[in-house]
Amino acid sequence: MNKLIPLALCSAATAAPAGVAQLEVTVQIPRLHVAEYHQPYLAVWLESPDRSRLQNLAVWYDVNLKNNEGTEWLKDLRQWWRRLGRELQMPADGVSGATRAPGEHTLTFTAGHPALLDLPPGEYRLIVEAAREVGGRELLEVTFQWPADQVRQLRAQGSRELGAINVRINP
Amino acid sequence: MKPSSAILALTPILLLVTALPTAEAHRAWMLPSSTVLSGEDPWITVDAARSNDLFYFDHNASRLDNLTITTPDGSTVPAQNPRTGKFRSSFDVKLAMNGTYRISIADESMFARYTENGESKRWRGNAARLQAEVPADAQNLQVTQSHNRVEVFVTAGAPTETVFKPEGQGLELVPITHPNDLFAGETARMRFVLDGAPAAGLTVTIIREGIRYRDALQEITTTTGENGEFEVTWPYPGMYWLNVSVGGRGMPGGAGPSQASTNDPQERPARRASYSVTLEVLPQ
Repeated sequence: MNKLIPLALCSAATAAPAGVAQLEVTVQIPRLHVAEYHQPYLAVWLESPDRSRLQNLAVWYDVNLKNNEGTEWLKDLRQWWRRLGRELQMPADGVSGATRAPGEHTLTFTAGHPALLDLPPGEYRLIVEAAREVGGRELLEVTFQWPADQVRQLRAQGSRELGAINVRINP
Repeated sequence: MKPSSAILALTPILLLVTALPTAEAHRAWMLPSSTVLSGEDPWITVDAARSNDLFYFDHNASRLDNLTITTPDGSTVPAQNPRTGKFRSSFDVKLAMNGTYRISIADESMFARYTENGESKRWRGNAARLQAEVPADAQNLQVTQSHNRVEVFVTAGAPTETVFKPEGQGLELVPITHPNDLFAGETARMRFVLDGAPAAGLTVTIIREGIRYRDALQEITTTTGENGEFEVTWPYPGMYWLNVSVGGRGMPGGAGPSQASTNDPQERPARRASYSVTLEVLPQ
Protein backbone atom coordinates (compact mmCIF):
# COMPACT_ATOMS: atom_id res chain seq x y z
CA MET A 1 0.00 0.00 0.00
CA ASN A 2 0.99 3.54 -0.60
CA LYS A 3 2.21 4.98 2.63
CA LEU A 4 1.38 8.59 2.69
CA ILE A 5 2.61 11.12 5.14
CA PRO A 6 0.33 14.11 5.48
CA LEU A 7 1.97 17.23 4.17
CA ALA A 8 0.98 18.84 7.41
CA LEU A 9 3.40 16.63 9.29
CA CYS A 10 6.30 17.63 7.12
CA SER A 11 5.81 21.23 8.06
CA ALA A 12 4.75 20.60 11.65
CA ALA A 13 6.23 22.91 14.22
CA THR A 14 8.10 24.98 11.67
CA ALA A 15 7.78 28.65 12.41
CA ALA A 16 6.40 30.60 9.50
CA PRO A 17 8.48 33.44 8.23
CA ALA A 18 7.15 36.77 9.38
CA GLY A 19 4.28 38.03 7.29
CA VAL A 20 3.24 34.62 6.03
CA ALA A 21 -0.26 33.66 7.08
CA GLN A 22 -0.46 30.41 8.96
CA LEU A 23 -3.03 28.11 10.51
CA GLU A 24 -1.83 25.91 13.33
CA VAL A 25 -4.07 23.29 14.93
CA THR A 26 -3.13 21.37 18.04
CA VAL A 27 -5.29 18.35 18.78
CA GLN A 28 -5.13 16.67 22.15
CA ILE A 29 -6.03 13.00 22.21
CA PRO A 30 -6.77 12.03 25.81
CA ARG A 31 -5.37 8.93 27.45
CA LEU A 32 -8.36 6.77 28.35
CA HIS A 33 -8.36 3.99 30.86
CA VAL A 34 -10.71 1.54 29.23
CA ALA A 35 -10.68 -2.23 28.90
CA GLU A 36 -10.20 -2.16 25.14
CA TYR A 37 -8.47 0.88 23.70
CA HIS A 38 -8.05 1.71 20.03
CA GLN A 39 -6.59 4.96 18.82
CA PRO A 40 -9.36 7.16 17.47
CA TYR A 41 -10.17 7.81 13.87
CA LEU A 42 -9.97 11.56 13.53
CA ALA A 43 -10.81 14.13 10.89
CA VAL A 44 -9.99 17.83 10.76
CA TRP A 45 -11.63 20.02 8.15
CA LEU A 46 -12.70 23.55 7.32
CA GLU A 47 -16.14 24.63 6.23
CA SER A 48 -17.72 27.93 5.30
CA PRO A 49 -20.92 28.82 7.20
CA ASP A 50 -23.17 27.62 4.37
CA ARG A 51 -20.86 24.66 3.67
CA SER A 52 -20.39 25.76 0.09
CA ARG A 53 -16.67 25.52 0.75
CA LEU A 54 -15.31 22.38 2.43
CA GLN A 55 -11.66 21.58 2.86
CA ASN A 56 -10.04 18.49 4.32
CA LEU A 57 -7.06 19.15 6.56
CA ALA A 58 -6.34 15.69 7.98
CA VAL A 59 -7.90 12.25 8.32
CA TRP A 60 -6.28 9.71 10.60
CA TYR A 61 -7.46 6.15 10.24
CA ASP A 62 -6.15 2.61 10.29
CA VAL A 63 -4.11 2.83 7.10
CA ASN A 64 -2.05 -0.26 7.79
CA LEU A 65 -4.72 -2.94 7.54
CA LYS A 66 -4.50 -5.13 4.49
CA ASN A 67 -6.81 -4.48 1.53
CA ASN A 68 -7.59 -0.98 2.76
CA GLU A 69 -9.88 -2.57 5.37
CA GLY A 70 -9.47 0.34 7.74
CA THR A 71 -11.79 2.35 5.51
CA GLU A 72 -14.72 0.28 6.81
CA TRP A 73 -15.05 2.51 9.88
CA LEU A 74 -14.53 5.89 8.21
CA LYS A 75 -18.32 6.32 8.20
CA ASP A 76 -18.17 6.50 12.01
CA LEU A 77 -16.72 9.98 11.59
CA ARG A 78 -20.26 10.63 10.54
CA GLN A 79 -20.30 14.39 10.02
CA TRP A 80 -17.02 14.26 8.15
CA TRP A 81 -18.29 11.26 6.18
CA ARG A 82 -21.38 13.18 5.20
CA ARG A 83 -19.60 16.42 4.31
CA LEU A 84 -16.42 15.16 2.72
CA GLY A 85 -15.51 11.54 3.34
CA ARG A 86 -17.99 9.74 1.16
CA GLU A 87 -16.80 11.66 -1.90
CA LEU A 88 -13.13 11.09 -1.16
CA GLN A 89 -10.98 8.25 -2.47
CA MET A 90 -8.87 6.83 0.38
CA PRO A 91 -6.03 7.00 1.07
CA ALA A 92 -6.11 10.66 0.09
CA ASP A 93 -2.87 12.29 -0.91
CA GLY A 94 -1.72 14.90 1.57
CA VAL A 95 -4.73 14.36 3.83
CA SER A 96 -4.86 10.84 5.22
CA GLY A 97 -2.46 9.27 7.66
CA ALA A 98 -2.22 6.72 10.44
CA THR A 99 -4.07 7.06 13.74
CA ARG A 100 -2.18 8.83 16.53
CA ALA A 101 -1.45 7.90 20.10
CA PRO A 102 -2.76 9.88 23.07
CA GLY A 103 -0.96 13.19 23.40
CA GLU A 104 -0.74 16.49 21.53
CA HIS A 105 -0.44 16.62 17.79
CA THR A 106 0.16 19.80 15.87
CA LEU A 107 -0.76 20.42 12.27
CA THR A 108 0.61 23.51 10.58
CA PHE A 109 -0.66 24.92 7.32
CA THR A 110 1.20 27.84 5.85
CA ALA A 111 -0.26 30.08 3.17
CA GLY A 112 0.45 28.34 -0.10
CA HIS A 113 -0.31 24.92 1.35
CA PRO A 114 -2.75 23.13 -1.00
CA ALA A 115 -5.43 23.13 1.73
CA LEU A 116 -5.33 26.92 2.02
CA LEU A 117 -4.73 27.73 -1.62
CA ASP A 118 -7.70 29.48 -3.18
CA LEU A 119 -9.43 29.72 0.21
CA PRO A 120 -11.57 32.84 -0.24
CA PRO A 121 -11.37 35.32 2.66
CA GLY A 122 -14.23 34.94 5.08
CA GLU A 123 -15.58 33.11 8.08
CA TYR A 124 -14.76 29.45 8.55
CA ARG A 125 -15.39 26.71 11.05
CA LEU A 126 -12.56 24.39 11.85
CA ILE A 127 -14.01 21.05 12.91
CA VAL A 128 -12.33 18.16 14.66
CA GLU A 129 -14.26 14.89 14.84
CA ALA A 130 -13.00 11.78 16.61
CA ALA A 131 -14.54 8.30 16.73
CA ARG A 132 -13.06 5.36 18.56
CA GLU A 133 -13.67 1.68 17.89
CA VAL A 134 -15.76 0.23 20.75
CA GLY A 135 -15.71 3.75 22.19
CA GLY A 136 -17.48 7.04 21.65
CA ARG A 137 -17.44 9.96 19.29
CA GLU A 138 -16.92 13.67 19.79
CA LEU A 139 -16.99 16.71 17.56
CA LEU A 140 -15.55 20.13 18.36
CA GLU A 141 -15.47 23.30 16.33
CA VAL A 142 -14.01 26.78 16.43
CA THR A 143 -14.98 29.70 14.21
CA PHE A 144 -12.42 32.10 12.77
CA GLN A 145 -11.84 34.65 10.04
CA TRP A 146 -9.39 33.87 7.30
CA PRO A 147 -7.06 35.58 6.84
CA ALA A 148 -6.64 37.00 10.35
CA ASP A 149 -5.98 40.70 10.96
CA GLN A 150 -3.80 39.85 13.94
CA VAL A 151 -2.65 36.71 15.75
CA ARG A 152 -5.74 34.84 16.90
CA GLN A 153 -5.83 32.01 19.42
CA LEU A 154 -8.93 29.91 19.70
CA ARG A 155 -9.74 26.98 21.89
CA ALA A 156 -12.39 24.31 22.29
CA GLN A 157 -12.42 21.81 25.11
CA GLY A 158 -13.48 18.22 24.59
CA SER A 159 -14.88 16.09 27.35
CA ARG A 160 -14.58 12.46 26.31
CA GLU A 161 -12.89 11.49 23.09
CA LEU A 162 -11.00 14.74 22.61
CA GLY A 163 -9.00 16.94 24.91
CA ALA A 164 -8.32 20.59 24.08
CA ILE A 165 -8.24 21.83 20.51
CA ASN A 166 -6.05 24.92 20.11
CA VAL A 167 -6.06 26.91 16.93
CA ARG A 168 -3.58 29.67 16.24
CA ILE A 169 -3.93 31.87 13.20
CA ASN A 170 -1.11 34.15 12.16
CA PRO A 171 -1.99 37.06 9.92
CA MET B 1 -51.61 2.98 -20.23
CA LYS B 2 -50.62 0.47 -17.62
CA PRO B 3 -53.36 -1.92 -16.51
CA SER B 4 -53.27 -0.62 -12.95
CA SER B 5 -53.83 2.99 -13.97
CA ALA B 6 -56.56 1.82 -16.35
CA ILE B 7 -58.28 0.26 -13.38
CA LEU B 8 -58.09 3.53 -11.50
CA ALA B 9 -59.22 5.64 -14.41
CA LEU B 10 -62.23 3.44 -15.00
CA THR B 11 -63.26 3.32 -11.39
CA PRO B 12 -66.83 4.60 -11.34
CA ILE B 13 -68.59 6.49 -8.61
CA LEU B 14 -69.08 4.45 -5.50
CA LEU B 15 -72.31 2.52 -5.55
CA LEU B 16 -71.93 0.52 -2.43
CA VAL B 17 -69.67 0.76 0.54
CA THR B 18 -67.91 -2.54 0.39
CA ALA B 19 -66.73 -4.41 3.40
CA LEU B 20 -63.05 -4.59 2.55
CA PRO B 21 -60.54 -6.81 4.23
CA THR B 22 -59.28 -4.90 7.22
CA ALA B 23 -55.99 -3.08 6.94
CA GLU B 24 -52.98 -5.20 7.80
CA ALA B 25 -53.18 -5.76 11.50
CA HIS B 26 -49.44 -6.01 11.92
CA ARG B 27 -46.64 -3.77 10.84
CA ALA B 28 -44.46 -5.05 8.04
CA TRP B 29 -40.83 -3.99 8.02
CA MET B 30 -37.27 -4.71 7.12
CA LEU B 31 -34.40 -3.77 9.38
CA PRO B 32 -30.92 -3.38 7.88
CA SER B 33 -27.79 -3.82 10.00
CA SER B 34 -26.42 -0.55 8.55
CA THR B 35 -27.68 2.06 6.12
CA VAL B 36 -24.53 4.14 5.62
CA LEU B 37 -21.36 2.24 4.77
CA SER B 38 -17.76 2.92 3.91
CA GLY B 39 -14.93 0.71 2.77
CA GLU B 40 -14.62 -1.77 -0.04
CA ASP B 41 -17.43 -4.26 -0.74
CA PRO B 42 -19.24 -3.81 2.59
CA TRP B 43 -21.95 -6.30 3.56
CA ILE B 44 -25.20 -5.80 5.38
CA THR B 45 -27.70 -8.23 6.83
CA VAL B 46 -31.41 -7.49 6.77
CA ASP B 47 -34.27 -8.89 8.85
CA ALA B 48 -37.78 -8.95 7.44
CA ALA B 49 -40.76 -9.45 9.70
CA ARG B 50 -44.29 -8.46 10.59
CA SER B 51 -44.90 -7.49 14.17
CA ASN B 52 -46.85 -5.28 16.51
CA ASP B 53 -43.91 -3.57 18.15
CA LEU B 54 -41.06 -1.91 16.28
CA PHE B 55 -38.62 -3.48 15.73
CA TYR B 56 -39.22 -6.71 17.62
CA PHE B 57 -39.87 -10.18 16.31
CA ASP B 58 -43.23 -10.85 17.91
CA HIS B 59 -45.53 -12.10 15.16
CA ASN B 60 -44.26 -13.73 12.00
CA ALA B 61 -41.61 -13.73 9.31
CA SER B 62 -42.06 -11.88 6.04
CA ARG B 63 -41.83 -14.05 2.97
CA LEU B 64 -38.95 -13.30 0.66
CA ASP B 65 -40.60 -14.47 -2.58
CA ASN B 66 -41.01 -10.96 -3.91
CA LEU B 67 -37.74 -9.54 -2.66
CA THR B 68 -35.87 -7.36 -5.14
CA ILE B 69 -32.45 -5.82 -4.50
CA THR B 70 -31.81 -3.00 -6.94
CA THR B 71 -28.22 -1.80 -7.26
CA PRO B 72 -27.07 1.77 -7.92
CA ASP B 73 -26.89 1.10 -11.67
CA GLY B 74 -30.45 -0.22 -11.80
CA SER B 75 -29.56 -3.90 -12.13
CA THR B 76 -30.75 -6.43 -9.56
CA VAL B 77 -28.75 -8.89 -7.47
CA PRO B 78 -29.95 -11.93 -5.52
CA ALA B 79 -30.04 -11.96 -1.73
CA GLN B 80 -27.26 -13.98 -0.08
CA ASN B 81 -27.89 -16.55 2.64
CA PRO B 82 -31.67 -16.14 2.79
CA ARG B 83 -33.51 -17.99 5.52
CA THR B 84 -36.97 -17.84 6.98
CA GLY B 85 -37.66 -18.76 10.56
CA LYS B 86 -40.78 -18.48 12.63
CA PHE B 87 -40.47 -14.83 13.55
CA ARG B 88 -38.24 -13.39 10.89
CA SER B 89 -36.62 -13.85 7.54
CA SER B 90 -33.01 -12.77 7.10
CA PHE B 91 -30.72 -12.27 4.16
CA ASP B 92 -27.37 -10.66 3.41
CA VAL B 93 -26.45 -8.19 0.70
CA LYS B 94 -22.98 -7.49 -0.59
CA LEU B 95 -22.73 -3.88 -1.67
CA ALA B 96 -20.26 -4.45 -4.46
CA MET B 97 -21.02 -1.10 -6.06
CA ASN B 98 -20.72 2.38 -4.62
CA GLY B 99 -24.02 4.20 -4.36
CA THR B 100 -27.56 3.67 -3.12
CA TYR B 101 -29.35 0.32 -3.14
CA ARG B 102 -33.08 -0.19 -2.80
CA ILE B 103 -34.30 -3.38 -1.16
CA SER B 104 -38.01 -4.04 -1.72
CA ILE B 105 -40.57 -6.65 -0.92
CA ALA B 106 -43.44 -5.75 -3.25
CA ASP B 107 -46.48 -8.02 -3.02
CA GLU B 108 -49.50 -7.82 -5.25
CA SER B 109 -52.48 -9.83 -4.14
CA MET B 110 -56.19 -10.26 -4.82
CA PHE B 111 -58.76 -10.85 -2.13
CA ALA B 112 -62.22 -12.15 -2.89
CA ARG B 113 -65.28 -12.51 -0.74
CA TYR B 114 -68.37 -14.23 -2.09
CA THR B 115 -71.29 -16.51 -1.38
CA GLU B 116 -71.52 -20.00 -2.76
CA ASN B 117 -74.52 -22.23 -2.02
CA GLY B 118 -75.50 -19.88 0.76
CA GLU B 119 -72.10 -20.13 2.41
CA SER B 120 -69.77 -17.11 2.62
CA LYS B 121 -66.26 -17.68 1.38
CA ARG B 122 -62.97 -15.84 1.39
CA TRP B 123 -60.15 -16.31 -1.04
CA ARG B 124 -56.68 -14.79 -1.27
CA GLY B 125 -54.28 -15.20 -4.15
CA ASN B 126 -52.91 -13.43 -7.15
CA ALA B 127 -54.66 -12.05 -10.20
CA ALA B 128 -53.58 -15.01 -12.32
CA ARG B 129 -55.31 -17.51 -10.03
CA LEU B 130 -58.50 -15.53 -9.45
CA GLN B 131 -60.33 -16.82 -12.49
CA ALA B 132 -59.34 -20.43 -11.91
CA GLU B 133 -60.09 -20.54 -8.21
CA VAL B 134 -63.11 -18.31 -7.68
CA PRO B 135 -66.19 -19.79 -9.36
CA ALA B 136 -67.65 -17.78 -12.21
CA ASP B 137 -71.12 -18.04 -10.71
CA ALA B 138 -70.08 -16.83 -7.24
CA GLN B 139 -72.71 -14.57 -5.72
CA ASN B 140 -72.10 -11.23 -4.01
CA LEU B 141 -68.54 -11.33 -5.27
CA GLN B 142 -66.32 -8.55 -3.99
CA VAL B 143 -62.75 -8.45 -5.23
CA THR B 144 -60.00 -6.29 -3.78
CA GLN B 145 -56.57 -5.87 -5.26
CA SER B 146 -53.70 -4.83 -2.96
CA HIS B 147 -50.20 -3.63 -3.56
CA ASN B 148 -48.05 -3.78 -0.45
CA ARG B 149 -44.49 -2.61 -0.56
CA VAL B 150 -41.86 -2.72 2.18
CA GLU B 151 -38.49 -1.09 1.55
CA VAL B 152 -35.15 0.01 2.87
CA PHE B 153 -32.43 2.09 1.27
CA VAL B 154 -28.73 1.60 1.99
CA THR B 155 -25.72 3.45 0.64
CA ALA B 156 -22.08 2.46 0.19
CA GLY B 157 -19.85 5.48 -0.34
CA ALA B 158 -21.50 8.53 -1.91
CA PRO B 159 -25.31 8.46 -2.25
CA THR B 160 -26.91 8.12 -5.68
CA GLU B 161 -30.52 8.49 -6.85
CA THR B 162 -31.01 5.98 -9.66
CA VAL B 163 -33.14 3.69 -7.49
CA PHE B 164 -35.64 6.45 -6.70
CA LYS B 165 -37.35 6.00 -10.07
CA PRO B 166 -40.79 4.60 -9.25
CA GLU B 167 -41.98 1.41 -10.88
CA GLY B 168 -45.50 2.77 -11.28
CA GLN B 169 -47.48 0.21 -9.32
CA GLY B 170 -49.09 0.85 -5.99
CA LEU B 171 -47.66 3.31 -3.48
CA GLU B 172 -44.01 4.26 -3.75
CA LEU B 173 -41.74 6.72 -2.01
CA VAL B 174 -39.72 9.16 -4.10
CA PRO B 175 -37.22 10.73 -1.73
CA ILE B 176 -36.23 14.36 -2.19
CA THR B 177 -33.99 14.43 0.87
CA HIS B 178 -31.76 11.39 0.47
CA PRO B 179 -32.98 8.58 2.79
CA ASN B 180 -29.40 7.78 3.81
CA ASP B 181 -28.63 11.36 4.77
CA LEU B 182 -31.07 11.89 7.63
CA PHE B 183 -29.97 13.58 10.84
CA ALA B 184 -31.77 14.39 14.08
CA GLY B 185 -33.08 17.94 14.18
CA GLU B 186 -33.12 18.25 10.40
CA THR B 187 -36.15 18.29 8.13
CA ALA B 188 -36.53 15.74 5.36
CA ARG B 189 -38.81 16.15 2.35
CA MET B 190 -40.16 13.22 0.39
CA ARG B 191 -42.96 12.47 -2.06
CA PHE B 192 -45.44 9.65 -2.39
CA VAL B 193 -46.72 8.44 -5.73
CA LEU B 194 -49.60 6.07 -6.40
CA ASP B 195 -49.24 4.16 -9.66
CA GLY B 196 -46.53 6.67 -10.51
CA ALA B 197 -48.68 9.79 -10.01
CA PRO B 198 -48.35 12.22 -7.05
CA ALA B 199 -50.48 10.96 -4.16
CA ALA B 200 -52.10 13.90 -2.35
CA GLY B 201 -53.90 13.83 0.96
CA LEU B 202 -52.30 10.67 2.33
CA THR B 203 -51.72 10.29 6.05
CA VAL B 204 -48.09 9.48 6.72
CA THR B 205 -47.38 7.75 10.04
CA ILE B 206 -43.86 7.72 11.45
CA ILE B 207 -42.88 5.71 14.51
CA ARG B 208 -39.48 5.48 16.14
CA GLU B 209 -37.95 2.18 17.17
CA GLY B 210 -37.99 0.98 20.76
CA ILE B 211 -41.75 0.90 21.35
CA ARG B 212 -41.31 -1.82 23.96
CA TYR B 213 -39.48 0.52 26.30
CA ARG B 214 -41.88 3.44 26.36
CA ASP B 215 -45.56 3.82 27.21
CA ALA B 216 -46.55 6.34 24.55
CA LEU B 217 -46.22 5.46 20.89
CA GLN B 218 -45.02 9.01 20.11
CA GLU B 219 -46.03 8.65 16.51
CA ILE B 220 -45.65 11.54 14.11
CA THR B 221 -48.40 12.01 11.56
CA THR B 222 -48.44 14.31 8.60
CA THR B 223 -50.32 14.61 5.32
CA THR B 224 -49.05 14.71 1.77
CA GLY B 225 -49.75 17.91 -0.16
CA GLU B 226 -51.02 18.43 -3.68
CA ASN B 227 -47.81 17.16 -5.23
CA GLY B 228 -47.64 14.15 -2.91
CA GLU B 229 -44.91 15.78 -0.82
CA PHE B 230 -44.55 15.82 2.91
CA GLU B 231 -41.95 16.97 5.42
CA VAL B 232 -40.79 15.55 8.70
CA THR B 233 -38.37 16.92 11.26
CA TRP B 234 -36.64 14.07 13.06
CA PRO B 235 -36.82 14.59 16.81
CA TYR B 236 -34.25 11.96 17.79
CA PRO B 237 -31.71 9.72 16.14
CA GLY B 238 -32.76 6.13 15.59
CA MET B 239 -34.54 3.78 13.23
CA TYR B 240 -37.97 4.97 12.14
CA TRP B 241 -40.82 3.09 10.50
CA LEU B 242 -42.73 5.22 8.03
CA ASN B 243 -46.03 3.95 6.70
CA VAL B 244 -48.79 5.01 4.37
CA SER B 245 -51.81 3.01 3.36
CA VAL B 246 -54.80 3.81 1.22
CA GLY B 247 -57.90 1.94 0.28
CA GLY B 248 -61.64 2.31 0.05
CA ARG B 249 -62.75 5.90 0.34
CA GLY B 250 -59.20 7.05 1.00
CA MET B 251 -57.99 5.88 -2.40
CA PRO B 252 -56.91 9.00 -4.25
CA GLY B 253 -58.01 9.32 -7.81
CA GLY B 254 -61.43 7.84 -7.25
CA ALA B 255 -64.51 8.39 -5.16
CA GLY B 256 -64.08 5.07 -3.44
CA PRO B 257 -64.01 1.38 -4.09
CA SER B 258 -65.96 -0.19 -6.81
CA GLN B 259 -66.36 -3.90 -6.87
CA ALA B 260 -65.85 -6.46 -9.50
CA SER B 261 -68.96 -8.49 -10.06
CA THR B 262 -67.22 -11.27 -11.91
CA ASN B 263 -64.07 -13.25 -11.39
CA ASP B 264 -62.45 -11.49 -14.34
CA PRO B 265 -59.27 -9.90 -12.90
CA GLN B 266 -59.46 -7.14 -15.51
CA GLU B 267 -62.72 -5.96 -14.08
CA ARG B 268 -62.08 -3.06 -11.73
CA PRO B 269 -61.59 -4.52 -8.28
CA ALA B 270 -61.55 -2.28 -5.26
CA ARG B 271 -57.99 -1.36 -4.41
CA ARG B 272 -55.72 -1.10 -1.44
CA ALA B 273 -52.12 -0.09 -1.31
CA SER B 274 -49.62 0.27 1.48
CA TYR B 275 -46.01 1.29 1.75
CA SER B 276 -43.53 1.02 4.62
CA VAL B 277 -39.92 2.05 4.79
CA THR B 278 -37.40 1.85 7.60
CA LEU B 279 -35.27 5.00 7.79
CA GLU B 280 -32.20 5.54 9.91
CA VAL B 281 -31.74 8.97 11.44
CA LEU B 282 -28.22 9.65 12.68
CA PRO B 283 -27.21 11.87 15.58
CA GLN B 284 -25.61 15.21 14.74
